[in-house]
Amino acid sequence: MNTDPAHLSTNEFIKGLWRENPIFVQVLGMCPALAVTNSVINAIAMGLATTFVLIMSSMLVSSLRSFIPKQVRIASYILIIATFVTVAEYFIQAISIELHKNLGAFIALIVVNCLILGRAEAFASKNTIWPAFLDAAGMGLGFTFALICLGGVRELIGNGTLLGYMIFSENYQPWIVMILPGGGFFSLGAWLLLFNWMKSRKERLNLAAENSH
Amino acid sequence: MNHHHPTLNPPATEPPSSWPMIRALAGIGILCSLLIVSTWQLTLPTITKKKNEYLEKAIYQVLPGATSKKTFKITPDGKVEQFEGEERGVQRVFAGYDDQGRLVGLAIEARGQGFQDVLKILYGFSPEKQAIIGMRVLESKETPGLGDKIEKDPDFLANFKELDVSLDENAQIRNPIVPVKHGTKANPWEIDSITGATISSKAVANILRENTLRLIPVVMKNLQTFEDGSLAGNGP
Repeated sequence: MNTDPAHLSTNEFIKGLWRENPIFVQVLGMCPALAVTNSVINAIAMGLATTFVLIMSSMLVSSLRSFIPKQVRIASYILIIATFVTVAEYFIQAISIELHKNLGAFIALIVVNCLILGRAEAFASKNTIWPAFLDAAGMGLGFTFALICLGGVRELIGNGTLLGYMIFSENYQPWIVMILPGGGFFSLGAWLLLFNWMKSRKERLNLAAENSH
Repeated sequence: MNHHHPTLNPPATEPPSSWPMIRALAGIGILCSLLIVSTWQLTLPTITKKKNEYLEKAIYQVLPGATSKKTFKITPDGKVEQFEGEERGVQRVFAGYDDQGRLVGLAIEARGQGFQDVLKILYGFSPEKQAIIGMRVLESKETPGLGDKIEKDPDFLANFKELDVSLDENAQIRNPIVPVKHGTKANPWEIDSITGATISSKAVANILRENTLRLIPVVMKNLQTFEDGSLAGNGP
């Protein structure tokens, strides 16, 4: 195990992007992942808003970790998370009324995204601010990446567009079901299938490489 | 039995002091409220400004041809008065005038229950055509990608190019607005719904029906006040 501090901090950041991706590997935060990913732009906005809340609350939880007794830690974390969600909502409204209208009811639901509470409990409360920041940034971007994957498939098949631009010809008959909640489950299932297939293939290859030595 | 489960009967030590818990929760509570209040203070001017810009843009969109506007309110007893500023629960009506100061139409705020939450819309009414000539959604929490098609679907928005709300001889609306299934619109007072967003389309139709039934007769009775509005506003 490499214990070089620079290597460790890169590791904290990278793990959320791929190896421990919140959606595809940990399967956390499914409510927003299924609800808002019917278009790419909604997926990006939701992902970035979640990343902001995740980074800010992880840093605050980490800096207050010796101050919070373990009996009231969940209540404290929720309070902190809810605060940053409210802050994010005001900022989104100040940036663009249109964007706020598009995300609708889902901004408030960031509070109950178990990914954020999960990182506060499992990582931020046990580490100093810098690793907590890296962990949150990696997890947030990994979450955003996964939402874009889901949103891309659903918008393309369900509406024939990508980021609002027409991809298929006018004659394309969109599969409305892909935009509906059912389509969220279908595309999530397909992505999970792909990720698990890649994981098991890698394990098989590793095993074969070891045996041949 | 109990002595087999020591966790159920903890040894008689001092219970954990509650002071650190109170201190932590109160401290975080104060910190969080300060954060929220300062963000609110910081963003409120921008948000108010953006909301007003958005409303103003919407007014000119639902009243094509208008270049200036005046704000009025309808009092609960059916009177029309000039009005400035904002007030909760006031029914505002914006009169739009063209370059010559002639009344183009009225932009009326309406609200009602949508699929998820209150839906706030603005519609343009032309007294000359006795029809709705434009509609914009001001505030909605409809499902992104589905219910929010009421703002984007061109076929749906085409309903509001000329939606009949003419009055009969008793000065009441002759044909209340009704939503119909997609592709079956046959009369100028029907709204062609969106497939896959039926509830949101119906909500828009219901809000418009309720609001027009109540307000269009009042507006038509007070048309002179709105027409005179451009003159009254020309003073310093």
